[in-house]
This record gives sequence, C-alpha cells and structure tokens, in this order.
Amino acid sequence: MRFPLRLSLLVLFALGGCSKSGSESAAPSTVTLLNVSYDPTRELYADVNAAFAKHWETTHGQKVSIKQSHGGSGKQARAVIDGLDADVVTLALAYDVDMLHDKASLIPEGWQTRLANNSAPYTSTIVFVVRKGNPKGIKDWDDLVREGVAVITPNPKTSGGARWNYLAAWGHALRKPGGTEESARAFVAALFRNVPVLDSGARGATTTFAERGLGDVLIAWENEAFLLTDEVGKERFEIIVPSTSILAEPPVAVVDRNVDKRGTRAVAEAYLQFLYSEEGQRLAAKHHYRPRSEEVALKQGARFPKVTLFTIDEVFGGWRKAQAAHFDDGGVFDRIYVPQAH
Amino acid sequence: MGSLTRRHVLPGFKLSLGFTWAYVGLLVLIPLSSLFLKTFSLTWLQFWETVTAPRALAAYRLSFGASLSAALANVVFGLLVAWVLVRYRFPGRSLVESLVDLPFALPTAVAGLTLTTLFSAKGWYGQYLEAWGFKVAYTSVGVAVALTFIGLPFVVRTVQPVLEDIDVDVEEAAATLGATPWQTFARVLFPAIFPALLSGFTLAFARALGEYGSVVFISGNMPLRTEIVPLLIVTKLEQYDYAGATAIAVVMLMASFLLLLVVNVLQRWSHRRLEARAGA
Amino acid sequence: MFAPTIHLPRRKTRTLEGSPWVRWTLITVALGFLAVFLVVPLVAVFTFAFQKGWEAYLAAITEPEARSAIVLTLTAAAIAVPLNLVFGLAAAWLLARFRFRGRALLLTLIDLPFSVSPVIAGLIFVLLFGRQGWLGPFLSEHDLHVIFAVPGIVLATVFITLPFVVREVLPVMQTQGSDEEEAALTLGASGWRTFLRVTLPKVKWGVLYGVILCNARAMGEFGAVSVVSGHVRGVTTTLPLHAEILYNEYDFAGAFAVASLLTLLALVTLVLKKYVEWRSEAS
Repeated sequence: MRFPLRLSLLVLFALGGCSKSGSESAAPSTVTLLNVSYDPTRELYADVNAAFAKHWETTHGQKVSIKQSHGGSGKQARAVIDGLDADVVTLALAYDVDMLHDKASLIPEGWQTRLANNSAPYTSTIVFVVRKGNPKGIKDWDDLVREGVAVITPNPKTSGGARWNYLAAWGHALRKPGGTEESARAFVAALFRNVPVLDSGARGATTTFAERGLGDVLIAWENEAFLLTDEVGKERFEIIVPSTSILAEPPVAVVDRNVDKRGTRAVAEAYLQFLYSEEGQRLAAKHHYRPRSEEVALKQGARFPKVTLFTIDEVFGGWRKAQAAHFDDGGVFDRIYVPQAH
Repeated sequence: MGSLTRRHVLPGFKLSLGFTWAYVGLLVLIPLSSLFLKTFSLTWLQFWETVTAPRALAAYRLSFGASLSAALANVVFGLLVAWVLVRYRFPGRSLVESLVDLPFALPTAVAGLTLTTLFSAKGWYGQYLEAWGFKVAYTSVGVAVALTFIGLPFVVRTVQPVLEDIDVDVEEAAATLGATPWQTFARVLFPAIFPALLSGFTLAFARALGEYGSVVFISGNMPLRTEIVPLLIVTKLEQYDYAGATAIAVVMLMASFLLLLVVNVLQRWSHRRLEARAGA
Repeated sequence: MFAPTIHLPRRKTRTLEGSPWVRWTLITVALGFLAVFLVVPLVAVFTFAFQKGWEAYLAAITEPEARSAIVLTLTAAAIAVPLNLVFGLAAAWLLARFRFRGRALLLTLIDLPFSVSPVIAGLIFVLLFGRQGWLGPFLSEHDLHVIFAVPGIVLATVFITLPFVVREVLPVMQTQGSDEEEAALTLGASGWRTFLRVTLPKVKWGVLYGVILCNARAMGEFGAVSVVSGHVRGVTTTLPLHAEILYNEYDFAGAFAVASLLTLLALVTLVLKKYVEWRSEAS
C-alpha cells in the first residue's frame, strides 16, 4: 500500500500544480489590474480600459494592462470573497460590495463614502422595452398588471439587475397617492403573476424577450434597453419611460486587501477616478449610462429623458434593509410565491 | 481491507485497491466532505427547515420526476439505437455513430440555448407543437426534454460495446434449439446486456439529477413549478447563504449516493446470477 | 446520406436481426429519434454559427481570446484524460476481477462525481481552496493560486470526468471473464505482461470509448469550471465559458461558432477513433 499512496500524492501535486500568483511585480514598467464587473458593462469597460491605459502611460510613463471578468453581480462578488484577486470591483448593486466587507473584510465598512456620488460614477434607471408600435399600449407601471400583459423580468433571487426592477415597481406603488406597504405588495404580486418566465440573469431575460419572442414588455436597465433598441434589435423595439422609477447606482470600489498585497493601489485608485473624469463620463454616456457630470449630461441633449427618480435609501432605507426584507429566504418575494391551496 | 474470497489467482489486487481508494479519496471523498463540514454550521432544526421548505420539496419533485422520465426514455431509445448501430448496416451508419456523443461535446449552456431556440413558440419545433396546444419550452416537459438530450449517450455507449462482444453463436444455438426471436432476446440477449443497460440508466438518471446549464434556459425557473434543485442551490448562494446551499446540496448528494449504491448492489447481484448460470 | 458505409467483415446470419420489415422499422424509429434530438440541434448550431458568413466565423474562432480559450481547454483535457485513463484501468481491473468488502461503496463513490451537480462540483473546490476554505489560509500565505486559476480548472475537470473510463471499461471486462488471464499466468507470464498483452487488447474498445467520452466531457464542461474559473477574459476562460461570454454580448453567431468548434473537436476525436479501429483491423 505504500507505493500507491505515494503515487497518489504525486498525482495530487501534479494536479494541484499550484501556479504562482500572477502579480507581475517583476516588470515595473507594466502593471496589471483586474476589474471584476457585472454583465452589461463589457462594452463600456472595453472602451474605458483602452482610454485609461493611454491616459496612465502619458501621465506616469507606465504601461497598464487591465483584465476583465464579467458575470452575474452576486456571483462575481462571491468570486472575489473566495479569492479572485480583483483590484477593483464594479458591480450592479451596493449590497454585493457590502458583502466584500461583511464576509471577508476585504474593504472597510465605509467604502461607499470614499468616492463621490455614493461611489457610483454613472447611474441608470429602470425602463420598459416593448415591441415596435407598442401593440399593448403600455405607458406606465400600472399597465404591467393588466390582464393579458406578459412581463419579462429575470429572477430577483438570482439576478442583481432584477432586484432593481422589483424595487422600482415596489417604489412606484408605494409612492402613488394612497400607496401603502400592503398596496405595494399587492401590486408587485400582481406584476409577478404576469411574468411567464423568470430567467436567471438579466441578459437571459433580454434574449427571451428579443429572440424567443416571449412577452409584451421587458423590464430592463436603461442602458440595456438602449443597447437593445439601438444595436441588437434595430427597428423591432421601442423604449417606454415610466413616470417614476428608481435611481440605479452601480457602485465601484478598490479592493483594499488585494491592491495592498499586489502593490497596485495607486493605479487602481486612479482607474476609478478616471471614471469620474470628463473622458470617463463621456464613455459612460456613450454606452448609455447616465453620467454624473452635468456638463457631459448637457451635451447628451434629450437622449436621457427626464424621469422622477427615487433612491433606494429614500424608499427602502438602503440595500441591506431591502435585501433582508424582500429577497432573503422567507422575504416578501418568497411570500409572493407561497404554495396556495387551489 | 482484504478480499473475502480469493477465487482468482490474478495479481494486482493490493496495488489496484490502494491506488483506486487513494485517488477516490483525494478527488472525491475529501472535496465532498467539505460540503458536510459546511453544513455543520447549521443546527438540526435549521437544516431540517431548509431542506423541507415547500420550494425545496417542489424542486425535488421536479428534479427527480423529470430525471426519471428522461432516463427511462433513454433506456428505450438508447437500447434501440445501440442495437441498430451494432446489428444493422445502413447508409450513414458511421455518421450516426459519431453523432451519438454530441450531447457531451456541446457545452451544456449551448445545448440549453439550442433546445430552447428549437422548442420555444417561434422555434423550428415549437411552432408546430404549440399549434397542437403542446407547450414544451418553459414547462416541466421542457426540463425532461433537455435531460433526455443530456443523457442520450450513456445508455447507447454502455450497451453498445457489450452488444458488440456478444458471441452470435449463442443466439444461433438458441434459434437452432427452436427459440423464437423474442425468446432469444428475452432469455439470452437481455440478461447479458442487462448490467450494461442498468449502468446506462443509472448514469443517465444520475447525470440528469445534477444538470444545471442546459435546464435553466428551457425551464423558465418559476418558483414551485419549474425550479430545479441546482437552481435552488444557486439561489441560496446568491444570498451568500453557503450553509443553506450546502444543506440542499447534501440532500441531493445523499439521494444520488443511495440511488447509485442500490443500483450497484442490484447489479452485483444480477452479475452473480449471470455468472452462476454461465457456470452451470 | 453521404457517409460511406463501413464494410465490417460480414458475419454469419443472425437470428435476431429479424425480417427486413422489423429491421427497417427499428432503423427508422432509431434514426427518427436521433434526427429529432441530435441532427436537428447540430444543424441548428452550425446554422447559427454561420449566419453571419464564413469571415465572421473565422474571426470569431481566431481572435486572441478564443485562441487562449482553445489552449486552456486542450490543456485541461490533456491533463485530465490521461490521469483518469490510468485510474480507470486500475479501478476497472480491481472491480471486475476481485470481490472485496466495500466494493459497492467504492463503485458508488466513483459514480458520484457524475451525479453531483456541476454547481456543487465547483462549490466543493471553493470550500476547499477558497480564501475562507480549509486550505485557503495556507495557500494565501504561500501566494499559491488554485481556484480562479488554471489548477482549479484542471481539478474541476478531473473531478467531473473521473467516472467515464471506469464505467466504459468495467462492463466489457466483466463480459470478457478472466480465463485467458489465468491461462497466461499459469503459463508463467508476469502480472504486468498479462495485463498489457492479454487484458488490454481485449478491452481496448471499451477503453477508447471511455477516453472519447472523458475527453469530450472534459472539453465541454461548463458548470463546474464556471464556478472555479473567475471568468478573467483571455486568462481563465475555457471554450464553453468563452461561448457563454460571447452569447452574453449578444454575439449569437460568435457564441455558436465557438460551440461548433467544440463539436468539431469531438468529431475529430471520433475520426481518430475510426482510424485506430481501421489500423488495428488491417494489422
């Protein structure tokens, strides 16, 4: 038995092969950053990374190569918690960034105040996409609960983007004249009765709506809606902007533990600051995110329609509370789907 | 750990036993035990509540039901395909033979996307099926369809080699002795391929239980109706509820373990019977 | 149909082949089933892959990120398949030839990776090697990376494909019996020699099927690898992950182009199998 055991240990080591860390401190002329982001920012960061690399090289004489990782916001946050060496995270919601503090102490508690505007250099909101000509005559949130209207939105339990959709609907119902917690809950429950399919991610839902032809209206981030109407499905869809919606703030943060270990803090911080610069804001606007800079916003003209926006802090008292009340097991969303005796 | 009966003079028992256990220990037992360890952070009550929640129960029902129907469909069609491939020569046979492995080669996500495209209301199949009032995509039928696709190669590939190795003389002898083709099949052929068939069934069933990538696209993921167990685990993980996720995972793991164990014991029994008969 | 029929040495008439009527019914039903479940999806994959034309197809599979995904996929398969081949032969020999206590348990444990959901398969390695896992502190102290790096992807692949060779070789070895081995040993051949000269040739088709399945699954695995990969573009993305990335960029043609590449890789393995078969028959 001695021989096979030793052999199997060898096998384990061959397997484990344990690659040395990728920190390229040996060549100070090139620095690498890893930006762990969520799904719909691919196109944005492809542009931002190229622009920042140029900017950093002219100002610091150092080449920077930025690697990207994209996926569902929660899954990405978990990867960072479990050891993915992200220098910066750019996620869909503050709750996921909070978890970097709560679960692994990778960042300090007050991370969101370190950068301007709640650490969200660009914002978006939740809008509707309907089929060309708006055959079901959808104009506002209340139209989504009408009988015979099929609504496509992803599963808020598995998709961060879908949580914004849900909270936007809730906020609308709550802020309506005479709106109460009960009426909001009834509204959201009625809305989800009109949902035939709950995709696990935001882009899956978009595909279900656009390619499979399912549903009359897709609830989506404004930037995703623009991408759909301007690029993916030209002439097939139109955007409907509801009277009120939520201010979606996708936050960014430097992951302190990782940048300090890798010695990349300066460049990582500069990278996030770059998002607030005029060029960064312009790129955000180009990729359909609402810029924070009023100057850049003005140049966009009427592209981003005016909507009455409420924030998650105003209506829900922040992400932690919203998550606990609505999306955790046994929360409101689960209770919408309790088994009912027929 | 010694052999109970040393009926054979064959060498290599200790070497292969040691190596096999070491490999399985390192790659299967240790990693899977981490799952159990994580579950211990829950109290019994919490564990019980997590794994018997109504949504979890509905998910078990769907996962087991759809996997079972898919595996049974694969036993019938897999045996048929293996038989046709081994025993008949027809144009395009080698093409078909190569295609059987396709469900492996396709990443499950692509398989899911392709099947959803085919079966959704606008798809190549869906438009006809829906015309007859038959919905597949976004229903539990869709889940079973995806699982049938995923499990297709197992029965074919386990039965085929055995079928190829069966000595035709036995069949001929049976025929000479006056057996009808059906008798020959039921009495001579079937017992010989039964272990392989059972093996293929188990593999298809077991594989279907855990399948995730292809199912999430076609199932619609509606809580209580088309939510499979692996999706429930992902849902828990999204809430950073590792312990809850591993609790459900442990239940699934125990279920597959028991299932596989029962089949393996059954198989040994049928194999022994076969040997006994062959020896008689 | 275009593929040439393979002319195997014509065997004697078989009683179970049945009348032409039975034969063609069976063939039709089997082919019909395969057409619905395999051929049409396959055609669909290639239709989607080529919907933007040849040039877009070529561009999708030759861009640097696709190339690095191909390299990573092949690397993972090249490590996982030989390991599981050696393991598969040893385990099949053990399970087919000896009766011992714990045999059914061992067989069940070997089957388990197969039934374990890919989601769980990835999760266990995160629980082991993650920052908060068992070995996490040790690994981070020594600046070693397992998950979200290549070793994690290889580990997940080995785990997922562990049962295939055993499962394919075992039934064949069982039907073969061990009389010839016993004869060889009685005549004085060593154990290794008997294994290499007598056992291996008898089970070689089973081994080949096992390797092919193992390889196809190793290259196509998505779920488990997805959990441990970290999705760093061009670094830890395998072909299936790359296909998913493209799909999520609404590049449907590109996604299916990469998927078709995986299908082609599998077909290449099958052609190789045919070649080996042909060579061994010729000799």
